[in-house]
Amino acid sequence: MAYALQQLINGVTLGMIYGLIAVGYTMVYGIIGMINFAHGDIFMVGAFLSLIAIVGLGMLGITSVPLALIVTLLFAAGIAALYGWAVERIAYRPLRGSFRLAPLISAIGMSIVLQNFVQVSQGARVKPMPQMIPGGVTLLSSDGFAVQLSWMQIAIVITTLILLAAFTWLVTRTPLGRSMRACEQDLKMAGLLGIDTDRTISLTFVIGAALAAVAGLMFLLYYGVIDFFIGFIAGVKAFTAAVLGGIGSLPGAVLGGLAIGLIETFWSAYFSVQYKDVAAFSILVLVLIFMPTGLLGRADIEKV
Amino acid sequence: MSRGATALPAILRDAGLSALVAFGLFAVMIGLKTDAGPTSLVLTPRPWAVVLAVAAVFFGRLAMLLWRLWRPAGVPAPRRITAGFARAGRYIAPVVLAVALTLPLYAGRYWLDLGILVLTYVMLGWGLNIVVGLAGLLDLGYVAFYAVGAYSYALLAQDLGLGFWTCLPLAGILAACWGVMLGFPVLRLRGDYLAIVTLAFGEIIRVVILNWTTLTGGPNGISGIPRPTLFGLTFSAGGGPGSFADFFGIEPNLTQRVAFLYYVILGLALLTNWVSLRLRRLPLGRAWEALREDEIACRSLGINVTITKLTAFAMGAMFGGFAGAFFATRQAFISPESFTFIESAMVLAIVVLGGLGSQLGVAMAALIMIGGSEMFRELAEYRMLIFGLALVMMMVLRPRGLVSGRTPSVSLGERHEIAPDLVAQGRG
Repeated sequence: MAYALQQLINGVTLGMIYGLIAVGYTMVYGIIGMINFAHGDIFMVGAFLSLIAIVGLGMLGITSVPLALIVTLLFAAGIAALYGWAVERIAYRPLRGSFRLAPLISAIGMSIVLQNFVQVSQGARVKPMPQMIPGGVTLLSSDGFAVQLSWMQIAIVITTLILLAAFTWLVTRTPLGRSMRACEQDLKMAGLLGIDTDRTISLTFVIGAALAAVAGLMFLLYYGVIDFFIGFIAGVKAFTAAVLGGIGSLPGAVLGGLAIGLIETFWSAYFSVQYKDVAAFSILVLVLIFMPTGLLGRADIEKV
Repeated sequence: MSRGATALPAILRDAGLSALVAFGLFAVMIGLKTDAGPTSLVLTPRPWAVVLAVAAVFFGRLAMLLWRLWRPAGVPAPRRITAGFARAGRYIAPVVLAVALTLPLYAGRYWLDLGILVLTYVMLGWGLNIVVGLAGLLDLGYVAFYAVGAYSYALLAQDLGLGFWTCLPLAGILAACWGVMLGFPVLRLRGDYLAIVTLAFGEIIRVVILNWTTLTGGPNGISGIPRPTLFGLTFSAGGGPGSFADFFGIEPNLTQRVAFLYYVILGLALLTNWVSLRLRRLPLGRAWEALREDEIACRSLGINVTITKLTAFAMGAMFGGFAGAFFATRQAFISPESFTFIESAMVLAIVVLGGLGSQLGVAMAALIMIGGSEMFRELAEYRMLIFGLALVMMMVLRPRGLVSGRTPSVSLGERHEIAPDLVAQGRG
């Protein structure tokens, strides 16, 4: 029981990270109907930017952990947003209105570019980092097993919830959110009604990238080690989360992220760690086969 | 030129802005490198690398804008190239084939090895072309079948002692079975969902191979895979009884084996080409192409969509399996590292660059991409970076691929080349 509770806590934490990445996938897919394959790598870039910022702040002599983390978060999110913007501008915008495969291939190319860019500029070795938020509380202990809730996990969950709340507010209450929703419903019609669709799409990428960068920071803090390849698997899993929750739906993305995080954690805990990715991918396949619209998605009727 | 003079300040401003963005992107990522210090990570500043990268972006953008400004007016260049390519197509194919057939007569070891590599990708490209180009099913996990073929041969040869020519059809059949197994559950999916599920399948197979150590050797892979024989004649460097050199009474030479492998893959690739060209004329092939254009219309006309899609998957997978078996026998060593997603992406890029459905286009694309990235081998770690950039640039400049027009397989009366911008892409 205690063991299961511990896994629940770990799974929710992991799920929050996946959820944050999944939001970027689901937004882009909702608006322009493409899988932004490079999104996972933006997450990786965000993790690297966070690492550089943390090491840099440490060398500057800033010892206050909350201050360092907030500066890092803003810094990584800001520069990753620029990356998101640049990726959209270079690789996707010229292909808007082209046939469906073109942006996907271009996105795969961009993903390769980002991975190898980071590999070349930062080295191929894994980057370890000491733990920044140590300690935690012991919730309960039974059968000689203590359930730990670390401060780190609390920080991750709270940050994610704040960001998601802010993001939901942005989408539902602001003019930008209104144009995003309009573009999602009908891009051409939105353009006809005077919405600057290019700008809206750009901003969608910017926001998605910023959220992914925050997820990257959390990943770095939680696991303490990153390399240039983390984006691929995390990206596929986050996309799985987006599909599981129903692509195009924001609460769905978070719900899907939680589900994937929990499945992965429980699978690792009770079956085998090696096959945890297989478990996550199998879920993706099963969901798509039996529930193609996901948990909260709308049925997509194809018209002639 | 007067047009250029007035627009020059705007161009400079544009290039300057690009450089500014590049500075934002590169200042941290390139400018500060994380290195392992005595106790923890330390940052090493590299200002000159940033200056170099930003300058490259500035001048690159400047050159691009100037080119756009001063390039000759009239028919856009891509279209002329396409038209020329289409006309030259009927002459290119025999020439390429003749060069390919005679290559071992005059080319050295290095070029033969490169030829084998290119032909392997040509074959993979043609195999995937059946699935993506003809049937319009986007498959991002093609490498899974390549892996199944390679491991089938390696395991059959290792555990049962079977030879290459016995295993080749078996590897193809096994891969085709996997294709059906994969195809069956994903039949209902369309477009991007299909892409992501096939990608997931590819990863699942790789992870299973990586972790099923007792069967596949895990990350260590399988080594000592036997080489193919020519009607029982072996190709060994030392010669000896029963070897090719001994039988024909010539000096044993390692190049003989390479040349033999070259002809094996050339034969396999041509087989793939021949089969797909013939299939296109069968009702099945026509059903594939119809499916690519419009699935709903297909259903309405009574085409069995399930069978049609499954055969496309199985057929593509079978050729992937053949190529995999060949890969295993050529390398004599396989490990899961050879079957990553990047391989799938590479093959898909070849098919898309080749113009989705054009046999010659796929071959040319494989030659350009594999040969081209081979040229950059000295650049080592920059190679994949350049590959990715080239992929993006090719997509942006020529999204429809090299041979983007399409000659219909079926037509009433005279056949007309369909212009690239009129080719409606199937959504499936």
